[in-house]
Amino acid sequence: MIDDLLHILRLRARLGRQTVAWPDGPARLPERFRGRPVLAPSRCRDGCRACADACPTEAILDPGRAGMRVDLGRCVFCTECTEACPEEAIRYTRDHRLSASSRDGLLCAGDEPRLARALDERMQRLFGRSLRLRQVSAAGCNGCEAELNAIGNIQFDAARFGIQFVASPRHADGIAVTGPVSENMRAALLKTWEAVPAPRLVVAVGACACSGGVFRGSPVQADGLPGVPEIPVDLWIAGCPPHPLTVLDGLLRMLGCLEGEGPGEAPTGVVDPGPGAARPVRAG
Amino acid sequence: MTAVAARVLEAWNGEAVEAAAVPLLPLSDFQQIAADVLSAGGRPVAWFGRPGPGGKVLLTAVLASDAAGRLGLLSTLVGESVPSLTPECPSLHLFERELFEQHGVRPEGHPWLKPVRNVLPDRHPFFAMEGEEVHEVAVGPVHAGVIEPGHFRFQCHGEHVFHLEIALGYQHRGVEALLQGGPDRRTVTLLESVAGDTAVGHLLAHCHAAEALAGVEVPARAAALRGVALELERLANHVGDLGALAGDVGFLPTASYCGALRADFLNALAEMGGNRFGRGLLVPGGVRFDLSTAEAGRLADKVKRAMDLVRRSLRLFFRSASVRGRTDGTGRVSREACLSLGLVGPSARACGVARDVRRDHASGVYRFAHVPVATGESGDVFARALVRSLECERSADFAAKQLRALPRGPVRIPCAAPAPGRLAVALVEGWRGEIAHVAVTGGDGRFARYKVKDPSFHNWSGLAMALRNQQISDFPLCNKSFNLSYCGHDL
Repeated sequence: MIDDLLHILRLRARLGRQTVAWPDGPARLPERFRGRPVLAPSRCRDGCRACADACPTEAILDPGRAGMRVDLGRCVFCTECTEACPEEAIRYTRDHRLSASSRDGLLCAGDEPRLARALDERMQRLFGRSLRLRQVSAAGCNGCEAELNAIGNIQFDAARFGIQFVASPRHADGIAVTGPVSENMRAALLKTWEAVPAPRLVVAVGACACSGGVFRGSPVQADGLPGVPEIPVDLWIAGCPPHPLTVLDGLLRMLGCLEGEGPGEAPTGVVDPGPGAARPVRAG
Repeated sequence: MTAVAARVLEAWNGEAVEAAAVPLLPLSDFQQIAADVLSAGGRPVAWFGRPGPGGKVLLTAVLASDAAGRLGLLSTLVGESVPSLTPECPSLHLFERELFEQHGVRPEGHPWLKPVRNVLPDRHPFFAMEGEEVHEVAVGPVHAGVIEPGHFRFQCHGEHVFHLEIALGYQHRGVEALLQGGPDRRTVTLLESVAGDTAVGHLLAHCHAAEALAGVEVPARAAALRGVALELERLANHVGDLGALAGDVGFLPTASYCGALRADFLNALAEMGGNRFGRGLLVPGGVRFDLSTAEAGRLADKVKRAMDLVRRSLRLFFRSASVRGRTDGTGRVSREACLSLGLVGPSARACGVARDVRRDHASGVYRFAHVPVATGESGDVFARALVRSLECERSADFAAKQLRALPRGPVRIPCAAPAPGRLAVALVEGWRGEIAHVAVTGGDGRFARYKVKDPSFHNWSGLAMALRNQQISDFPLCNKSFNLSYCGHDL
């Protein structure tokens, strides 16, 4: 018994502090992490649409023109566009901040950061120090669900900001929705949302909830929360799935707990993708 | 047996055959052969329909003989109804229901005929018991935790569960319909999204199928890196689930440590390809990212170090009397039930049934490097946890060894378009068990049918059996010990 306890304490000491330094320190992300893409349409050959034709989710709008944009709400952060582009006019940065307060806010041109706006003062007063969310997976593939679970673990530790997931919508201040909203989940999603006492928040997490993602157009789903007009969305978080820090960044900005550019390393601008090996290998 | 062999087309895992070479048998012969193979220890890998001549349905069966390492293919034309094989071969029960739902082929005499993914509670009532003080408990589709939706209906007397019926389909996104007519620009991302926690497993099965149809073999270095990714995926999920099991029995040290250590394996995947779930790493023709020798060595060290901490953390878990008290004998599935339902993966190995695609139907790097098969005996929560902890050890060893001795050469070659009129079966041992993809191309080289089978398709029946005669309060623990995929089942 004592022996077991000693083992537990020894391992606890060996593991040390596990919680990430962010937001007081930098966000440490893997070298090959694909965050917000940047576009340089001035490099495009006129009329070229190689990136758009390769994209699995039609996330690239007006390709090859000055007004070219990436819809982060559709983007699954694969490498098809960067592989297809002959001019390196589209590249990924390691900027993990990928949230917006409106769906249009996820349309991204050039090299602009995506930073969600804070709620109004009344809502900040209500939820800024304690936010309880009910999660509804509406045909999410368990990628977003896994990362939402991860924000609660001892590394990302959302509870230090007063953010927690709760078991009942009656105990919640809002819902976090994942998945493209299958027809078979539409009724359950609406009922869960209705069961949350007002005022309530809605967070769309991941490409599927923002747009249907790779399932967009399938007749048995709604193309995400835009296809469920009854439910107004307060925060849109891009990614497939979003990194736990992307989720936390969005939630904390919405709550007014994170402001301005920081914290983070190289907040805007192309981060050098590193040694040659970090770029995708082309076939042949 | 020779008569049977002549009427079944034999194939290896990852081999493409002429679609027209699959024997087309009269229904009675097809059923007789299938029943013979299944009762002689064979397993149904896939059992699917596609439109046939004269408005009929062309039913194709892929049956595995694990001991011989071979797959048997056979087909038949069926109309609106067929005699059900389920009473004789229970492992077909869900396949027959799926065929009924997708193609309207009614299996006459099926003991519990309902749709698989579009269950309407008013039209398809649950199995119900009657009697004094017998009551029903309904759970879901929205659950208390951050997990996927599904509905569980318990028939109880007090705490005692007589029967659990599991109704799924809430996650149905139309994956197979979207794959039809491919490959196209969506195919790879779709298959990474069949089950987000098994992105590598499902995409590896697709790569094997696509490469077989194109007649290419990827370089050895690519095959090794794919194997590393598959084992890292297994490690991340096993470690995370063992932590969650510890949480469910209230043993918090292991719950916290494993919750954090799981991230080391996810981050290792992200170091390989930029995404914590391995999305974007694999591609038909190889892998998209290479590792330098130094990077591979560092990754191997990292895996070893993380596994060392996992081992210590799990030692606490397995030594604890309270953990043993809650897991021993809980949620037991008998070896007989496992064999008759055709369970796969760690759920089967925990019942003492040593089946593992990596050994029985080896493909890719597993043809050259072997991972010992871990088995348990008791078929309970303890055995499933034990098997998964043993698999962690072996996967970590395997991944580190591969990383330290990566074959030289390219990691990616062009993968041509699929050849027309071919059929390829690809099996991969994902962390939940056997993933099967069957791709059939038409005369134009497009997918005339792309069948996806997640291991959960077999194993949900195992969870239902595990709950019989248990306390309903042990359901979360039993559920977590299987941790099956809702979206992989619902497609």
